[in-house]
Amino acid sequence: MSLKDKLLSSYIAFEDHLEADSPLHDLRHKAIKTFEDKGFPTKKEEAWKYTSLNSLLKTDYSIFPKQDHAVEFKEVKKYFLHDIDTYKIVFIDGVYSSFLSETTHNKLDVCLMSSALNKSKYKPVIEAYFNKIAKEDSLTSLNTAFAKEGAYIHIPKHKEVEKPIEIINFSTGNEAAVLLQPRNLIVVGENSHVQIIERHQSLSENAVLTNSVTEIFAEKRAFVDYYKVQNDGPSASLIDNTYVSQERESNCNVHTFSFGGNLTRNNLNFYQNGKHCDSTLKGITILEDKQHVDHNTLVHHIESNCESHQDYKGIFDDSSTGVFNGKIVVEKEAQKTNAFQKNNNILIEDKATINAKPQLEIFADDVKCSHGCTIGQFDEDALFYLRSRGIAKKEARALLMYAFANTVLESVKIPELKVRINKLIANKIGVSLGFDV
Amino acid sequence: MLQIKNLHASVEDKDILKGINLNVNAGEVHAIMGPNGSGKSTLASVISGKEEFEITRGALSFEGEDISEMDPEERAHKGVFLSFQYPVEIPGVSVTNFIKTAINENRKAKGQDDMPAAEMLKLIKEKADLLEIDRKFLSRSLNEGFSGGEKKRNEIFQMAMLEPRLAILDETDSGLDIDALKIVANGVNKLKSNDNAVILITHYQRLLDYIVPDFVHVLMDGKIVKSGTKELAYELEEKGYDWIKEELV
Repeated sequence: MSLKDKLLSSYIAFEDHLEADSPLHDLRHKAIKTFEDKGFPTKKEEAWKYTSLNSLLKTDYSIFPKQDHAVEFKEVKKYFLHDIDTYKIVFIDGVYSSFLSETTHNKLDVCLMSSALNKSKYKPVIEAYFNKIAKEDSLTSLNTAFAKEGAYIHIPKHKEVEKPIEIINFSTGNEAAVLLQPRNLIVVGENSHVQIIERHQSLSENAVLTNSVTEIFAEKRAFVDYYKVQNDGPSASLIDNTYVSQERESNCNVHTFSFGGNLTRNNLNFYQNGKHCDSTLKGITILEDKQHVDHNTLVHHIESNCESHQDYKGIFDDSSTGVFNGKIVVEKEAQKTNAFQKNNNILIEDKATINAKPQLEIFADDVKCSHGCTIGQFDEDALFYLRSRGIAKKEARALLMYAFANTVLESVKIPELKVRINKLIANKIGVSLGFDV
Repeated sequence: MLQIKNLHASVEDKDILKGINLNVNAGEVHAIMGPNGSGKSTLASVISGKEEFEITRGALSFEGEDISEMDPEERAHKGVFLSFQYPVEIPGVSVTNFIKTAINENRKAKGQDDMPAAEMLKLIKEKADLLEIDRKFLSRSLNEGFSGGEKKRNEIFQMAMLEPRLAILDETDSGLDIDALKIVANGVNKLKSNDNAVILITHYQRLLDYIVPDFVHVLMDGKIVKSGTKELAYELEEKGYDWIKEELV
């Protein structure tokens, strides 16, 4: 049985357990139909030209993993920002772990999607926001059909969340292969501030495929800082579908750090629905072996006087492959838009590949838009300069990598996270430089 | 200290150095002068180990050890330093972080621990003062947006920090106004001792008024064609290089 057929028949069993009168019922029904019609994306689709899911889809994944896996905190401590206090929403094989989590209902909700979907007090928020900006593409629809667990974060107006929120999805490898479909909803009220860190982490060598959907709503003057740490093991693959909807004068930043995993696809979509919005999309990708990361970004400028800044840096070693497909749409009404996109890449080995494709669709006439893409190698003169000062070749290269990635790192606003990312980069390239650039 | 015998070097099969002989002993200052394209910067790069140059013949040794096959960083660890004619801009790495890394990498190579932070700060302050370098300058990205003079002063600052045994200053005087030239020359003179040596590569005699050489060599078409004392530099300043060419014919 193909994975698609398995999913379709699993849905029928899943549906039996759901309340038929739930408002989500129709939504799920429609979503599974969409998935049935469209199937998994193939390389024939323009947006998937450089990323093939074929090899992943051959695996026989468990769709509803068993639910009895305890994980000791000391085993997984290193995946948390443990040196500072944070809220934590933790899932093990898709199931909420109250033991590892630290949630709250004190003036803000940092809790579970399963409660939000089932308890009547959350109904107005779910009805207003759930699945409202997610695209109806096949993978998002597949997630919608099966959506039952994930993070639910609702920050009311005028609230500065005093500590970062960590969303961590662990997979234990208790089964040979598992398909996880977390579904997150984040609503940030007017004038409120929040910082969120999201991580997917496999604790074994067994195969994991995660098809995640996150919807983020930033109300008027809200400030959202979102960090994705993608440093998973070589048998874990991730399809991350993130949708950000911004109202007037809001400011949303998403940083994506892609160092690990087998295949990673980031579909990151921003919609600016009000004037004077500011959006930042940044990423550092450092790959080796046969790793593959595909960044597919969309910034949709709908209203006037908004800005967007994209800055993606990639370093590709061995026969790793990268894709950057960045689309900017400026609607006719979106005058005075400033939209900038930068994508710089270094190929270390001849076998490494990057496919970069900027797409600009501009319908307004008074805008500033720019895009710049570079693909290069290490500057030999710079390497010699560093080495002539006694810095060994490996360290000299590392220093140049840090320098190259620095424009992305410098805007990380959580100091402990910045230190952590620095360490991840140092580990990834096998050096210890003893300072943070 | 440095012994060069019949050194031939080429880049992309083009011969640039065609039989250099040079001995530099501890405590000496050598000036290498010569017209553009004579191979002066190539000689500096070959001594420091730039990989694009291939040594095709001859010997290059430092402290009695053959260094011709060594990596540039190994030569640096042994005490060879090159002040670049065109220092490379490296955005994203501050002068301070760069020099800290360089110092500790050199210590690591000698089996020493990292320099304690307080000691490092004191050393940086001392050497920055010597070269009249402003503190703010040290937190800027390495060479990025530096004026020609700032770049050269930064090179000598690095030299002061690393305390090499052999310093090769490749046209360190170009791009410097007279005040900056005096500061740089004063810095080099203060670092000078009986244990180390300096090779000055320059077009002009001007620098040699401030850093007085023991020997002056004229490099033409990949060979040292004439050697003398500092008076030779005055003669070159006055008469140019043509008379040497005529002498050679």
